[in-house]
Amino acid sequence: MMMFYWISLLIISFAFAGLLYRLVKGPTVADRVVALDALGVALVSIVALLSLIIGTEFFLEIILLLSILSFIGTTAFAKFIERGVIFDRNNNR
Amino acid sequence: MISTGVIFSAVTALGLVRLPDVYTRTHAASKSSTLGVMGILAGTFIHFWLIEDHFNPQLIIAIAFLFITSPVAGHLIGRASYMSGIPLAKETVRDDMKAAVEKKLDEKK
Repeated sequence: MMMFYWISLLIISFAFAGLLYRLVKGPTVADRVVALDALGVALVSIVALLSLIIGTEFFLEIILLLSILSFIGTTAFAKFIERGVIFDRNNNR
Repeated sequence: MISTGVIFSAVTALGLVRLPDVYTRTHAASKSSTLGVMGILAGTFIHFWLIEDHFNPQLIIAIAFLFITSPVAGHLIGRASYMSGIPLAKETVRDDMKAAVEKKLDEKK
């Protein structure tokens, strides 16, 4: 069973490397933001697999925190791409 | 559970590397990575519950949160990139958003 978790971690790490390639190379800013969002999700799965391998439940609190932070970052970046500012006081589009 | 999640995460990375433009990449990233991480987290939850006898409600909250927010984030990025004028891929057949945006601009005038 432990071998299976290690192989899963290896595959996710390869996926992580592919996402890093897109993050560095991506032709536009939006490509990089998409890659960053997917990197956050991949990091969550890496933390889950690590807590399975080490056998401790203390890592599981990181998962919720990382997913919330990743979502907030992606939303802020999307707003930044669309309008050029993150906080604006004019609410009608 | 975990193998399903791993397969879907690998498919996500493949999609992000191979697909031609931003919109198809958001398609790959939002759907398959959501399903992948949900599979992995559900497997972790069941492992800790059944084998180590430790019920962890935070994992359930994390699964629900990812299920809600990941498609929303994909949609936000897609709309933002369309509004900032990033071109579609050459293979794109039709562009429904263009008509909607022009109609909205006409209403403003």
